[in-house]
Amino acid sequence: MKVKEELVKGGLCVAALLSVAVLLIVVGYVFVNGIGVISLNFLLESPYRFEYGGIFPQIIGSICLVAICLLFAVPMGVASAIYLAEYASDNVITRTARFFVECLAGIPSIVIGLFGLVFLVYYLDLGICLLSGGLALGFMILPWTVRASEEAIKTVPHTYREASLALGVSKWRTIRSVVLKSAYPGIITGILLGMGKAIGETAVVLLTAGSGLESFLPKSIFDPVASLPVYIYMMATQGHTSAAYSRTFAASLVLIMMFLVISVFALLLRNRYIRHMGRR
Amino acid sequence: MLLGDSAKMPLRKEYLADLEKLKGDVRRMGELSKESAKNAIKALVQRDMGLASRIIKENSVIDELEFDIENRCMKLLALQQPMAVDLRTIGTCMKIITDFDRISDLAGDIAEIVLLIADEPHVKPLIDIPRMSEISQGMLSDCLEAFSTGEINVLENFSERDDEIDALFDQVRRELITITIEKPRFIANASHLNFVALHLERIGDHACNIASRIIYMVTGKRKKLE
Amino acid sequence: MSKIEVCGLNVYYEKGTVHALKEVNLEIETNKITALIGPSGCGKTTFIRALNRMNEVNDVMTKGKVFIDGVEIYNRGVDVINLRKKVGMVFQQPNPFPMSIYDNVAYGPRIHGTRNKKLDTIVEESLKKAALWDEVHDRLEKNALKFSGGQQQRLCIARALAVNPEIILFDEPCSALDPISTARVEDLLRALKKDYTIVIVTHNMQQAARVSDFTAFFLLGEMIEYGKTTQIFEKPRDKRTEDYVTGRFG
Repeated sequence: MKVKEELVKGGLCVAALLSVAVLLIVVGYVFVNGIGVISLNFLLESPYRFEYGGIFPQIIGSICLVAICLLFAVPMGVASAIYLAEYASDNVITRTARFFVECLAGIPSIVIGLFGLVFLVYYLDLGICLLSGGLALGFMILPWTVRASEEAIKTVPHTYREASLALGVSKWRTIRSVVLKSAYPGIITGILLGMGKAIGETAVVLLTAGSGLESFLPKSIFDPVASLPVYIYMMATQGHTSAAYSRTFAASLVLIMMFLVISVFALLLRNRYIRHMGRR
Repeated sequence: MLLGDSAKMPLRKEYLADLEKLKGDVRRMGELSKESAKNAIKALVQRDMGLASRIIKENSVIDELEFDIENRCMKLLALQQPMAVDLRTIGTCMKIITDFDRISDLAGDIAEIVLLIADEPHVKPLIDIPRMSEISQGMLSDCLEAFSTGEINVLENFSERDDEIDALFDQVRRELITITIEKPRFIANASHLNFVALHLERIGDHACNIASRIIYMVTGKRKKLE
Repeated sequence: MSKIEVCGLNVYYEKGTVHALKEVNLEIETNKITALIGPSGCGKTTFIRALNRMNEVNDVMTKGKVFIDGVEIYNRGVDVINLRKKVGMVFQQPNPFPMSIYDNVAYGPRIHGTRNKKLDTIVEESLKKAALWDEVHDRLEKNALKFSGGQQQRLCIARALAVNPEIILFDEPCSALDPISTARVEDLLRALKKDYTIVIVTHNMQQAARVSDFTAFFLLGEMIEYGKTTQIFEKPRDKRTEDYVTGRFG
């Protein structure tokens, strides 16, 4: 019946609108409460006396953490994906390996943080530092890079591989020149997803990277490092003044903006690459 | 990997049926022209004017049949892309209907001569001419059999049989020439009989052509029989 | 000496359970077009893929010998990469890489070390040999996927020609193309045979009849009959060949 169709359509539309509304409300609330504090000074200064000052080290810290994280997770993820998709035969061992990687995705981030603390910070004696934090974040997003890369590689039509092999090109060269080139958009998506998770991750960083209130930049990867999520956590739980309250939201706003900028940038990069494949 | 005994059922049923029908009609045309040739000599021997007229009328039926068969051959070639034995068969059909048509035309010519001779006495008793007809009838029967069954053994000795016809023709001619020299007022009749013998010799040649086409159809080898 | 000699070739799929090719013996003549015909699943594609060891890409066991220019290609010492440079392949579905026309044709030579000016020459020559140059010479940087099926297939042929093979294997190259593109590719094959040895798998008998010098008929993994194309289509020796060629079964 036509009426039923319309009702269903209407209902679905309402659901969609609500989803958008939730996002707008959250972002709006953060915006409204945090915008007052945002200024160039705020962004370029270091925090002092807990709830004053700016969040410069936190911004840089988050960026560094994500950088180290990607440095680990992307090569590991892509290499694993290449092995699983191109070289490994389909037997119990590879299927188990894939299963394990999937399981890693389900481990709560606090547990990963705990692992990072026990293994990286204490056992390997790296201490609370950028390296520990970055690596722990890397462990966390590894399943996403592996999964997205493997999907992307598997989506590359088998005919491309055959065509390349039939031209007298070795398997590895084929993977490099044809498969990976075609899979890049998918791989970048995976990286994007990982970055998004990493930049906003609090539990892991809290246990491995630093208190979040550092007022200095790390001089080496073995130094503790500040980060936005932990700063927000600290401000929210331990700040009782209005300065702390507004800084919580300001930092949140900055974090959201950073995430958006990264997403848009990566998306543009991906689109440019897709178009690029058709030129030259 | 999908062929078992059940799949050996022929495909293209309609096409195969058309092919069979084509062969049947070619055979029918062959039978008709063979009959015409036989009846023409019968009319000569028995002086049957009615039969002779009927033979001439029948010619048009045979002409139409040739036209129709040729059309169907072309259609099959254009639409069905026949290969191998089918291709050879259709090629053969197209060729031998021409021969059959010529045979029936020759029978018609003999029938016309019968009408011309009318009641005149023959200058000599008809022995060799009917003999020639018998041999060529035998050859034509064998051709039609071989065409239908594919058994080409019967066509082996066609050269010899045609030689027999040629020899008989020579004999007839010499005799008729002798008679003409001795009794010049019989020249008209002698000339008619000469032509009858000539037509019969031609029919023998056509039978050889048909036989060699049928050998090609069955074996793919070209063998000239003369 | 024939360009390719196949002796007692047996190929098995599925870890030896499916016997796809049974004791096939065949010789392919140099600079001629040899067509392989037969019903679906008869092994002709398996056979052709055994000639450049592309079967090894799937889970396949090969027994028997294949000699190309007298060299047994399944020998341990043989470099598969070089073999595949010498024996090119064009597939059923046109499969150009998602790159520009230029990059597609240059792909092989570039990887094998050719650069710049020489590369330009190779690309131009290959596209000319594949009868595609006139249509695309002003659009070499355009993505290959934007062209028609017939052009893409000729691009794949140019790509195969660019690595300078001696033998080219075609696996039903026209089955995805319209009649006009098919006719173009067939003309191309006839032109190419002067310089290359060509083996073509086709399920279109009329194509085999139009294009090839020799034809081999395969059935259920066996090579039933081989001979000059005129002989196979005018007077085949084996009844099974005749049944297939006349369409009594297929």
